[in-house]
Amino acid sequence: MSVKIYVPCDSAALSVGAEAVARAITEQITARRLDLTVVRNGSRGMFWLEPLVEVETPRGRIAYGPVTADAVAGLFDAGFYEGKPHPLCLGATEEIPYLKNQERLTFARCGITDPLSLADYIAHGGYKGLERALKMAPAAIVEEVTQSGLRGRGGAGFPTGIKWRTVLNTPGEQKYIVCNADEGDSGTYADRMIMEGDPFVLIEGMTIAGFAAGASSGYIYIRSEYPHAFRTMKRAIALAYENGYLGANVAGSGKRFDLDVRLGAGAYICGEETSMLESLEGKRGQIRPKPPLPAIEGLFGKPTVINNVISLATVPIILEKGGAFYRDFGMGRSRGTLTIQLSGNIKHGGLVEKAFGLTLRQAIYDFGGGTFSGRPFRAVQVGGPLGAYFPESLLDTPLDYEEFTVKKGLLGHGGIVVFDDTVDLAKQARFAMEFCAIESCGKCTPCRIGSTRGVEVIDKIIAHQDRTANLQLLDELCELMLDGSLCALGGLTPYPVLSAVRHFPEDFDKPAVPPATVGNRAQETHPWR
Amino acid sequence: MGQTSTWDLERALSRIRELEHLPGALLPILHALQDEFGSIHEEAIPLVAETLNLSKADVHGVVSFYHDFRHSPPGRHVLRICRAEACQSMGCESLVNHVEKRLGVKLGETTPDRSFTVESVYCLGNCALSPSAMLDGRPYGRVSPQVADFLIDSARRHS
Repeated sequence: MSVKIYVPCDSAALSVGAEAVARAITEQITARRLDLTVVRNGSRGMFWLEPLVEVETPRGRIAYGPVTADAVAGLFDAGFYEGKPHPLCLGATEEIPYLKNQERLTFARCGITDPLSLADYIAHGGYKGLERALKMAPAAIVEEVTQSGLRGRGGAGFPTGIKWRTVLNTPGEQKYIVCNADEGDSGTYADRMIMEGDPFVLIEGMTIAGFAAGASSGYIYIRSEYPHAFRTMKRAIALAYENGYLGANVAGSGKRFDLDVRLGAGAYICGEETSMLESLEGKRGQIRPKPPLPAIEGLFGKPTVINNVISLATVPIILEKGGAFYRDFGMGRSRGTLTIQLSGNIKHGGLVEKAFGLTLRQAIYDFGGGTFSGRPFRAVQVGGPLGAYFPESLLDTPLDYEEFTVKKGLLGHGGIVVFDDTVDLAKQARFAMEFCAIESCGKCTPCRIGSTRGVEVIDKIIAHQDRTANLQLLDELCELMLDGSLCALGGLTPYPVLSAVRHFPEDFDKPAVPPATVGNRAQETHPWR
Repeated sequence: MGQTSTWDLERALSRIRELEHLPGALLPILHALQDEFGSIHEEAIPLVAETLNLSKADVHGVVSFYHDFRHSPPGRHVLRICRAEACQSMGCESLVNHVEKRLGVKLGETTPDRSFTVESVYCLGNCALSPSAMLDGRPYGRVSPQVADFLIDSARRHS
């Protein structure tokens, strides 16, 4: 049988030349008349090693990276396709400490399989969760998910089982499962990796959700910045239909589940669940006031389960192994694993799936290896653009929803963006307000007007105009936005702002400089502005 | 604006007809029209409104809400540079300055020869390999000014 060589097709790997590497490998195979097959897998999530090429050997998979197209001929000369030594050889993939020290449940298959091979998916444990779910009553499936302690991985951390139960118990002929794949937070890419690297796990999770909640139809809303994820999901859905895993008779059960993918159009706010529903309905992505909850009146006014990609992709393993298995990972009320995404100025950026409870310091140093620049660490933003900036003194905070709340932070989707000592936190605070102004849907005043006023006030503080009064004003403005905004955009923008002021006051009291240069998209001549 | 002449009513109608049956068809239709013509042509708005039984104001409101939809076609190449926090931490602003100087345009503008449109984007999901950019739908990571020059030069050669 032909030996397999794995070259990732994940867009992060492509961004550093994986396509050229795959092409060079194919050329060498032809030129040398070797019996080798190139498989395009997802990414293992060790991005500083991408393109990471793996070879199947009797000793398991052997990794080489980062591989450039220029290095390929040398790799063949060295006999890498038999796992032989080469300066780029990293040894057995599974033994690389970064990977070995993780607890991969949701990402169990990502980077191992060919994302678009249903046979591969099933050979690696795929559809076992659905198989078990099909033998259970809807309420029992919901109970299993509730027992697992799974909370919404999109950022809000709401218990998934309770959401499902509400939809199950709401009468209605038509109900929907909507997957929020509008992963717009900077520093996050776990959703993208799953959609590009293991799309069937999301399809399986949504199918189970459909049977649990009594919904026969689902949508995945993917942001337009993710063209590769969109294409992979579309193909995976077509394959699932062809093979009887979607449609009128899912896996021979006689039950129907239909699934479609929709593309966003560049609006950050559409990651907010009610804006996303509006967008799916073909409207401006303006948020809806709650109540009614989407679980009661959601898409097209029907009861709707809305979950993040990672939440839904975790459902199959919960159903396969049981809620108790999943619940045994984690700490406090944060059960299971968190898909940590190490980003920004970090040496070893990548995906770390680990039980809740790891400290920020362990994540940044033990896994991340410190800053990329080699300069001293100064700040970290956890949870995306709406998350707080933490200084060195808070690095022993465990990654846990409640622990972060106590420290006035946000765990969010698990994105961790590291900054070295060149960062100016006053600029970052200004950017947070400006980003809110750019992306506000305009529905509520605290967000729409407050964010613009926030930029102005921060500019005045930086320019030393009535500093004390303006710092007080900023504080009050933030309080108003926190309490008065309709959704998390206006309601959480004060987190990065206030944390920057609280933990890095010296950055707001520097000698006056020209206006900040970070982020001035509002002044851009966007055709529609 | 030279490319607006490619507007073709029949082609527009056929793209609309392929999608009009979808629940919430407006965004898929707008994406299809933009793929076909490079922008949402002004004549598309009444056409789409009539098909979906919406007012022209409704359609215009949707088109103007989303950053993606253009009212005139972009340059032959679209370079989108990420300016969100992870890329800020790796110096994306100096990359932006470099590209603006190199192409002689500001973000959001198109070069006079219509070869390049340069835009901001807020996160491409490649945050472990910042600074990140996308050229004509292809992702690029660790984009130094030198890498940006290389990308611009090779795109120019191929158009």
